[in-house]
Amino acid sequence: MTTTTIVKAPSTSAPPAPAAAAAPAGGVATGAKIRVHALRYNPQEPGSVPHMQTYELEQTEGMTLFIALSEIRETLDPTLQFDFVCRAGICGSCAMMVNGRPTLACRTLTRDVGPDITLAPLPVFELIGDLSVNTGRWMRGTSERLEAWLHGDPQARDICRIEEPMEPELAEKLNELDRCVECGCCVAACGTARMRPDFVGAVGMAKIARFRLDPRDKRTDDDYYELVGTDDGVFGCMSLLACHDVCPKDLPLQTQIAFLRRKMAGKGWA
Amino acid sequence: MKVVYTDVLVIGGGLAGLRLAIAARRRGHDALILSLVPPKRSHSKAAQGGMQASLGNVIKGQGDNEDVHFEDTVRGSDWGADQEVVRMFVNTAPKAVRELAAWGVPWSRVRKGDRQVVINGQKVTITERDEAHGLVAQRDFGGTKKWRTCYVSDCTGHAMLQAVGDQAIAAAIPVHERTEALALIHDGGRCYGAVVRDLVTGTLSAYLAKATAITTGGAGRLYRVTTNAVICEGIGHAIALETGVAALGNMEAVQFHPTGIFPAGILVTEGCRGDGGLLKDADGHRFMPDYEPEKKELASRDVVSRRMEEHIAKGKGVKSRFGDHLWLDITLLGEQHIRHNLREVYEICHYFMGVDPVKDMIPVRPAQHYTMGGVRTKPSGESPTLKGLFSAGEAACWDMHGFNRLGGNSVAETVVAGMIVGEYVADFCDRAENDVNIPTGVVREFLEREQAKLDRLAQGGGSEDAAKLKARMQEIMTAKVGIFRRGKDLEEAVDELQELLVRSRSIGLRSRAPGPNPELVTAYRTQKMLRLALTVAYGALTRTESRGAHFREDHPRRDDAQWLKRTLATWKSDADTLPTLDYEPLDIRRMELPPGWRGYGAKDYTDHPDTAARQAEVDALKEKHADRFARQRALMPYDHLLPQRLKGRNERIDERFPAAPGGAGDTPESAFAWESE
Ligand SMILES: Cc1cc2nc3c(=O)[nH]c(=O)nc-3n(C[C@H](O)[C@H](O)[C@H](O)COP(=O)(O)OP(=O)(O)OC[C@H]3O[C@@H](n4cnc5c(N)ncnc54)[C@H](O)[C@@H]3O)c2cc1C
Ligand code: SF4
Ligand code: SF4
Ligand code: FES
Repeated sequence: MTTTTIVKAPSTSAPPAPAAAAAPAGGVATGAKIRVHALRYNPQEPGSVPHMQTYELEQTEGMTLFIALSEIRETLDPTLQFDFVCRAGICGSCAMMVNGRPTLACRTLTRDVGPDITLAPLPVFELIGDLSVNTGRWMRGTSERLEAWLHGDPQARDICRIEEPMEPELAEKLNELDRCVECGCCVAACGTARMRPDFVGAVGMAKIARFRLDPRDKRTDDDYYELVGTDDGVFGCMSLLACHDVCPKDLPLQTQIAFLRRKMAGKGWA
Repeated sequence: MKVVYTDVLVIGGGLAGLRLAIAARRRGHDALILSLVPPKRSHSKAAQGGMQASLGNVIKGQGDNEDVHFEDTVRGSDWGADQEVVRMFVNTAPKAVRELAAWGVPWSRVRKGDRQVVINGQKVTITERDEAHGLVAQRDFGGTKKWRTCYVSDCTGHAMLQAVGDQAIAAAIPVHERTEALALIHDGGRCYGAVVRDLVTGTLSAYLAKATAITTGGAGRLYRVTTNAVICEGIGHAIALETGVAALGNMEAVQFHPTGIFPAGILVTEGCRGDGGLLKDADGHRFMPDYEPEKKELASRDVVSRRMEEHIAKGKGVKSRFGDHLWLDITLLGEQHIRHNLREVYEICHYFMGVDPVKDMIPVRPAQHYTMGGVRTKPSGESPTLKGLFSAGEAACWDMHGFNRLGGNSVAETVVAGMIVGEYVADFCDRAENDVNIPTGVVREFLEREQAKLDRLAQGGGSEDAAKLKARMQEIMTAKVGIFRRGKDLEEAVDELQELLVRSRSIGLRSRAPGPNPELVTAYRTQKMLRLALTVAYGALTRTESRGAHFREDHPRRDDAQWLKRTLATWKSDADTLPTLDYEPLDIRRMELPPGWRGYGAKDYTDHPDTAARQAEVDALKEKHADRFARQRALMPYDHLLPQRLKGRNERIDERFPAAPGGAGDTPESAFAWESE
């Protein structure tokens, strides 16, 4: 790897190796210098090779990685690729490796992870360029394979009539599992997903758990077993729960995976 | 020449586009969706507060129905809305909520018995009915007479997009993610599809279809301070404008939301105030009752935003290094409520400001929020001037919001419009005369023209910096085409935006990286956005009255005599630096609710000469009919405009249908009995 450095103001310290980068305790003061070390690679450009590039910026109050990367693109390097949409931690577009940990960049404050911030694209997913990966295609493919949509009553309800009641607690529980933003952090953190290209990830298992809990979905455990009772599903999961620790929406992945495994294991032996 | 064929080309994968595509697909037509981002990341995701539909399940919603929802929406619009479209909308909204319930949306539900709520700063106990237990719940929102806003905690848009997106996958509707429509292909009378750029490889292709729908959402990024996502740049509006044939309606009607987090502009939902949150000033004083004794914090958004700015102008704002702001206080709602019902708000405060809203107040100031204007269509969603072009959702102006939309009416509109316009699109495709035989010459010409534009940007050696032009445009729009507008400012804005537009013809790039090339994206979008910004600013300059969100300090009265009309903007030629404006009058003699006072905000307006006569007519008709359906039909028949499958009435706890003979799933004849009385 080669390292190019773009210096905005005279810089004194050399960029650290990515592996050594860790978030320092405390925080970066407003006005201090921060250095963003980004992995660069454009597969569309013949001859492009992966390398690290460093950008130096001034820490401003309330600066997020969204603000920092936008500033880099506007003032230092118009070619840097990344994906932000909502910039409010809601849409799941901006997941990347920040100092080695998958997280939503838009809601990461630079003062908490600087002054040296190492950014890399999420592993597992197809790389589009620099920090941008194709989570969308992965999620659609997984949804198709898992048939991750509500399989309602084939006899469609008359929508003029009063809706089917549901216990308020159940609605809340469903919402809890429905909060996944398909950001891919859990997949990026998962050892199995890195080894097995078709592994459905915690996100896939959470989706199945969500539909299984929903009485409006008419599928049975046998149906679900067909979908996740494999090594690309629950039986491939090593339950080390890296996924649980990185989920930015705090989905209860640990309990859901454990529960689904128990249910599906029961099915397998039955 | 790469060409992709489909029946229905849907440009935009938000709630409106997805629902429209599903409707067309279910009627047997192929649909293909284009989207800048994976559809579930569209900005519909960000809707927190909820969706209006007059279900009337909660006790505070009792007595709600289509009539009340209709009146609230028309008043909210300051009489700018098309009342027939509003009627179509309010009748379909309950069906949309119920359909979404069947598709898996985990709507928050009513729990029977006593519960404590905060109303007007006071804790009160209300008792929910037994028969409402487990039905979809409603919360209070600004500008509504009843509690009508259905919600999923405070991630309503997320849950809706999840369910509708899943159904689109179930229907095997292809989505071409990371693509951008750059131009509509047309021959001046008929739209044939679009020239589309692949945002991964950077290549152009032609997508050809019988029907093309623009469902590209809002244009908030014309402004520096906005609650909108970074992709809400109005490119869909711009490509319609650039046809020179399709018109944009009411682009000067821009909504500002009272509670953008200061200074980032990220939204905290209206649900905060609906659930009892208060606005306070530098002295900790709750100031809204001083201005709006009746609706207080829950007057419509345009009114609350103006009152906040007015209060800041009086020196009552909280000073900070970024400027002045006010406080939103939700501490009185308590930890349990904030952590469960307003969880997204809690997270945003926590992650972006290090503020704990359970204990601390939230710094807020109004921010651009919603684009009322859009591609002008008929009630069917089709452009009256460019055949085969449809539009729905925030990008469209069919026109149910007029000059101000009510909170919760927008996500409702997206699905409702998707349902209605989707049926019309399917009807259009059903008709053999609409089969297309697209002249290859036209397609080639459009592809080559767009490619040439991109090449000129990349290789033309221009010297202007697109990012700088764009930033300047956003600054001008926020400073001079904002909440309070003055003729002088608007003139300056129009002049300078024209200069920027001219300069944008000499944009040059620093990099020629193959692939998506983000710098090139900024360059071509900036050219389009400047035209749109001019359409907004010039429309605002020309409209010398105040209506809804469009407030002219130099013309503070609503002037029905002169201005009860819709602005229609077209862009006739590439060489122009201003849109051509035309006006389409609204006909009071056909209005179900003739113009009057909104019930909040300023009371002074100039009446139209027809208003008094129509009001007398309406009063007489109301006298005559006791039944609300008969009365409505006598006032303004609209059911001929609704697609057959959406014509039915809506059942409520207090308006039960007779028990169905054939079991729960059947529809009694009476549900569809529009003509039976
Ligand atoms: C922060 C926030 C909160 C809100 N809360 C509420 C609320 O509580 N209740 C309510 O009723 N409303 C709310 N609104 C408004 C509401 O969310 C939006 O008006 C609505 O979701 C818009 O939906 P849409 O389908 O029209 O567009 P969007 O969801 O914005 O989708 C637009 C789609 O078009 C695509 N696109 C755009 N341009 C192109 C192009 N050139 N080529 C190809 N694809 C393109 C995008 O990729 C995207 O898929 C809120 C809005 C904001 C900003
Ligand atoms: S528990 Fe481990 S193996 Fe299983 S999904 Fe989570 S990270 Fe992957
Ligand atoms: S489960 Fe969590 S980490 Fe995984 S995709 Fe969903 S939100 Fe992201
Ligand atoms: S940009 Fe939407 S989550 Fe970060």
